[in-house]
Amino acid sequence: MLSVEGLEAGYGRARVLFGVSLEVTEGRLVCVMGRNGVGKTTLLNTIMGVLPATAGSVTFEGRDVTRLRPDERVRLGMGYVPQGHETFPQLTVMDNLMVTLEASPHRDPTALEEALEVFPRLKPLLKRPAGFLSGGQQQQLAMARALVTRPRLLILDEPTEGIQPSIIIEIEEAIERLHAAGLAMLLVEQYLDLALRLADSFVILDAGRVAHSGAAEELRGEQVHRLLAV
Amino acid sequence: MEGVLNQLPIGLSIGAVLLLIALGLTFTFGQMGVINMAHGEFIMAGAYTAYLLQSVGFLIALPAAFGVAGVMGLVLERLLIRHFYGRPLDTLLLTWGVSLVLQQAARDLFGAPNVQVVSPTWLRGGVGILPYNRLFIMALAVLSVVAIWAYLHRTGQGRRMRAVMQNRRLAATSGINTGRVDQVTFFIGSGLAGIAGVALTLIGPVGPTLGTYYIVDAFLVVVAGGLGQLKGAVLAALGLGLLNSYAEFWSDASLAKVIVFVAIIGFLQLRPQGLFVLRSRALS
Repeated sequence: MLSVEGLEAGYGRARVLFGVSLEVTEGRLVCVMGRNGVGKTTLLNTIMGVLPATAGSVTFEGRDVTRLRPDERVRLGMGYVPQGHETFPQLTVMDNLMVTLEASPHRDPTALEEALEVFPRLKPLLKRPAGFLSGGQQQQLAMARALVTRPRLLILDEPTEGIQPSIIIEIEEAIERLHAAGLAMLLVEQYLDLALRLADSFVILDAGRVAHSGAAEELRGEQVHRLLAV
Repeated sequence: MEGVLNQLPIGLSIGAVLLLIALGLTFTFGQMGVINMAHGEFIMAGAYTAYLLQSVGFLIALPAAFGVAGVMGLVLERLLIRHFYGRPLDTLLLTWGVSLVLQQAARDLFGAPNVQVVSPTWLRGGVGILPYNRLFIMALAVLSVVAIWAYLHRTGQGRRMRAVMQNRRLAATSGINTGRVDQVTFFIGSGLAGIAGVALTLIGPVGPTLGTYYIVDAFLVVVAGGLGQLKGAVLAALGLGLLNSYAEFWSDASLAKVIVFVAIIGFLQLRPQGLFVLRSRALS
């Protein structure tokens, strides 16, 4: 479904990714792990086209999307929830969802209701400006906004980072439910136990390269712990 | 006392013109970070459109000027500015150059001397201290602000524009074609400058450098009102218009400019972010 081959990218002269390859197959949840600064967010940004790839390719459902704009990738069925529970702070929760719905190819209002079913906590907040929500609520809104486009692949960058524990559980459950319903996902996650619970397979990055990858069971190995230890 | 009152419609109508100009600037600056020095020449283009169409009818000049200036803005954005996004200083120089080219083009087309647009008869006279032409300009600004507000808050395209203004990267990764939103913003913003140009023909002559008299004040409105803020632009434009005309009334034209600049500098010392600003937990 998503196939990344030899991807290279960076900021100006500073290269961050040195030939990253990974694969997400239909309905699978792949977790990208690694210490701070190894290039996880850069990898996701390059997969979505926020950063240009300097080499390598990104293929989605058999189509080479390496040179497409981010919004074109979204319309092909790639959903992205960036790091840091980002929203449009001055738009209401409803407008945050509407603006994404109107930009999606299907424009089907039932997608909005479906997204709110996944995050019912948002329902009483629809008229509030998104900037006044708590961090956890903003993260749920960010995920709901991505769901409104009815993605076939959902890319999540540290969805539980800096969020109060009670909402982490809800977000985790939502990820599990979406995964169980057959949605393919590419997830960046720092917490090993969370990754172990959710992922089918994992990719560990180190200094812009894939240091290790495999099925979730292998995550318990000693070598893996060495790569993740701070 | 009557002199003091007479300044009121003058100040308000100048504020209204500044508002029309500043609306476009505040959106292109707030949304794209573009400091468009050629914006003043869209005013000039609108004014000359009214000059060319004065035999046809004054009211027809309004949509025509909107279209002419809007298309000029669109072409400028597509041909030049979009290649310089993220480089505000280069854009400033570039658009300043475009501004000079457009002024010279106007000189070649219409001649260097100012031309006069004859105001329609129904705008002559007035009620009390309120001349009809100044009232018309104020009404025009009110209508434009209402239309822009409705556009931003009641249409999908306006919602996309606000989204791009608040977080461009997030808008792109939410599926919004930010390039197209930028084009529409440029068209509308430049078109409003064209409307301002038509308004100016009611209170003065039209010349190739018409825009340069207003562009600096319009930028002051943008900075004092807060970037991309409709409310801020309205208050700052009226305040600046009134301050300008009263300072001129009690001193003279050049001293008035000094007073206005000192006032703006003092204000920005107190509120560097302008009257209104994006405020939320997300940004704090």
